[in-house]
Amino acid sequence: MTTLLIGVFLLLLLVITAVAIVRSTDLFSGVMLSGIFSLLMALNFFLLDAADVALTEAAVGAGVATVLLLAGLKLTPSTEARARPVRPIAIIVVAIIALLMIYASFGQPSLGDPTAPAQTHVAPWYIENTPELVDIPNIVTAVLASYRGYDTLGEVFVVLTAGIGVMFLLGGGRGKPFSRLHTDPPQGLSHYLIPKVIARMLAPFILLFALFIQFHGEYSPGGGFQAGAIFVAGMILYALVRGEDKALAVIPPHVLLWMSAGGALLYGSVGLLGIAMGGQFLEYSVLADNPVTGQHIGIIVIELGVGLTVTGVLLSIFHAFAARD
Amino acid sequence: MKFLGLFNYWVFAILLVIGLYALITKHNLVKKIMALAIFQSAVFLFFITMSKIEGGTAPIVQAGVSGQVFSNPLPQVLILTAIVVGISTTALGLAIVVRLYEEYGTIEDDEILALDRKA
Amino acid sequence: MLADHLPALQVALPLLTAPLVILLRTGFLAWLVALLASLCSLGLAMLLTATVLETGTQHYAVGGWLPPMGIGLTVDGLSALVLLLITGASSLALAGGRLSLRKDIDNRRAPMFYGAWLISMAGLCGIAVAGDAFNVFVFMEISALATYVLIAGGRDRRALSAVFKYLIIGTIGATFYLIGVGFLYMMTGTLNFADIALRLDEVTETRPIVIAAGFITIGLALKAAIFPLHVWLPRAYTYAPNAATVFIAACSTKVVIYVLLRFNFEVFHGNLPGHTDLFGVFIIPLALAGIVLASAIAIFQTNLKTMLAFSSVAQIGYIALAAGLTSEAGLMAALLHMFNHALAKGTLFLCVVAFVLTSGSASMDSLRGIGKRMPWTMAAFLVAGLSLVGVPGTAGFISKWYLVVAVIGWDGWGAALVAAIVISSLMAVVYLWRFVELAYYSEPPGGEVVPMEVSRPLRCLIWFAALANIYFGLFPQLPLALARSGTETLLGGLF
Repeated sequence: MTTLLIGVFLLLLLVITAVAIVRSTDLFSGVMLSGIFSLLMALNFFLLDAADVALTEAAVGAGVATVLLLAGLKLTPSTEARARPVRPIAIIVVAIIALLMIYASFGQPSLGDPTAPAQTHVAPWYIENTPELVDIPNIVTAVLASYRGYDTLGEVFVVLTAGIGVMFLLGGGRGKPFSRLHTDPPQGLSHYLIPKVIARMLAPFILLFALFIQFHGEYSPGGGFQAGAIFVAGMILYALVRGEDKALAVIPPHVLLWMSAGGALLYGSVGLLGIAMGGQFLEYSVLADNPVTGQHIGIIVIELGVGLTVTGVLLSIFHAFAARD
Repeated sequence: MKFLGLFNYWVFAILLVIGLYALITKHNLVKKIMALAIFQSAVFLFFITMSKIEGGTAPIVQAGVSGQVFSNPLPQVLILTAIVVGISTTALGLAIVVRLYEEYGTIEDDEILALDRKA
Repeated sequence: MLADHLPALQVALPLLTAPLVILLRTGFLAWLVALLASLCSLGLAMLLTATVLETGTQHYAVGGWLPPMGIGLTVDGLSALVLLLITGASSLALAGGRLSLRKDIDNRRAPMFYGAWLISMAGLCGIAVAGDAFNVFVFMEISALATYVLIAGGRDRRALSAVFKYLIIGTIGATFYLIGVGFLYMMTGTLNFADIALRLDEVTETRPIVIAAGFITIGLALKAAIFPLHVWLPRAYTYAPNAATVFIAACSTKVVIYVLLRFNFEVFHGNLPGHTDLFGVFIIPLALAGIVLASAIAIFQTNLKTMLAFSSVAQIGYIALAAGLTSEAGLMAALLHMFNHALAKGTLFLCVVAFVLTSGSASMDSLRGIGKRMPWTMAAFLVAGLSLVGVPGTAGFISKWYLVVAVIGWDGWGAALVAAIVISSLMAVVYLWRFVELAYYSEPPGGEVVPMEVSRPLRCLIWFAALANIYFGLFPQLPLALARSGTETLLGGLF
């Protein structure tokens, strides 16, 4: 009951934050509120037993998205032109949609109902059979990487496509070189002592934590995507403190391009290897004599592919924004 | 109790229409991207809500503990994918906004439209 | 042995070639690899079509996990038809678009562009073979993001504002679709199409299901540019690189319509009381308005590409109208028209590629007298135009014929619908005639008539496409067989 009430409280905060985001005309505060919105959302997910999703929402929504929006705002005006009158037609349309959905909600199973159709058909099968068929503790990782590994392959390609798109539009990869690589004297925060010291202390731990998330994803919340996002956060911190050129020197753009493409290829090759070894596309069981070992090998390799692509793409995107005047 | 059990779904509906409203009425392109994020987050909340089981816990098997009730892993997996799709769309959208600003000198869509009409 | 894996390879081949393409160093190499991958995909699609026609629907369990636990792929006649369209249009556009794309995309950025092209094609193929509702969402987003990149490659700055609009509307559409899938999962506990259809039968509480049907239909209608949700399409088609328009116009909206039909007929039809009538009532007026209004708007365009884009909105209306009749004949007509319209529009946009190569712009003014300067290309344009109007002897006639038969057999106001079809076909004659008159009977901008045809290979390719319009008008057996098999799966055991 307490959890439920905390949930209700958090949800109300979410609605308030959303309204504030929409109403603010200063885009900087909009971005900050968006970060808060994501953190509140992550807390909600945590209350609803979705640890993996909460970790991802926090890393992506509050971390990566905020950084991207700030990088975008650096290049564009940061205030909305002017407040505009409220449009009654738009309000009527969205009100109708909301009412229809609230009407439909009365036919829905309520929160936490264990007899709901969603909980009784496919889901219990995963929970019952994962220990025997895949034998990893985190069932979410098992579903993500094995049972629905084809969706995750698609997800990696969505990320790659976003990377291709940003590099195509803003330069990077082998296209137009990042434009501002000469060493501007005081770049980033390097002339502020305290952020510099703290960031220097934090950065290695963040990178280490990312590696932990990457290779511990079978046992605890996490996996390639979250690890990539956290790793990128660490690198961006490094870039902010030491200047972008130093960060680029650690991982140069063409290496990032190879990481992006290589991760996706690695994932796909595991799929084709499944066919070559006599199984189906993305069937990991045939990768070793023992099907369960095969599953373990497959999951570790594809998670590595996910991590590589996500790291490569997100860093390329960040550099593409940061290098543009 | 019934109403409290449906509360999450109502918040989903409200967040969805807040996002949609801003998408329709706001002219600033960065604002539109933020609105798109709210709009998509609402759907994440919708899926995660239906994965919850009363008295359940996160679907991670712990050695030596038996008789646990696990919440439904499937919607969580779907939303992990959807979050990634969402951030990819945001990144691409922002890159387009940056290019638009370089070409048009504004990120208000009515001003861009006016410039297009003049051309 | 590999033959068993065709459904997966159809997606995996272009998808996995894309990362290789972005690593290449020159635009020419990237183009060549993309073209080869596209042609191989076309080959796979043909093999798959032959297999389907011989042995019936193909099922594939990705990862060795049987659906509904794992993700299933399903290829039937309808999927095969769509696969042929996607891979054929992509190969045609890449083969014919080399020179044009070299002008539009600078060499250093070209590998990224061709990578996005392959991902876009793979995404569309992924939708066509998917048997899982969420998997459709994932591949819809893959192809959508990649298509945004293709359109953003246009040289005009208006390409950017067009693509931003498309991005917002496309994401709203996909998210609406995802909400619908969420409601269906909530009430049935599964994501597999066949399994949803099976379990939907037992659901007694239909309120969430009705809402799901609404979200899915509207979301997909947004992406399919069904009138009045078409606002993103004309500008996106106009400002995309010419060769990319050939590909996008021929198949991207068709694939979304394919999902729309799959959902409304395989999943909802027969499981949701009154759904079929509601679908017709919703879609027929919109389709009619689209057919008439978009054709009328097309008449007043000053840019050839915009004119053809509005004509596409009208033609999507025909497909939607035929599907909205919800009869066997109507579905036949819808599926046939998907194929034939893609053929005609692909050829027309390929001619535009050639026109712009020599005259530098697609505005009607700069194309004056183009028929005298480029007689071969203009003649091919004329053939494809006749197919678009539906003149006997061309592919377009076959689908218009089926459409009229289906409309007459409809117990509603069949006569009114026939009138609308005839009027809009006449309007198509008008807007095409406007261009033909300008091309043949007015003086070129310079005054002087200088023959300046495009290179022979491109001319051959254009004529190959034009002759395909005639071939499928005289020998329509293949599309007919696929459409018939598709209609049977869509309507299930109902007839």
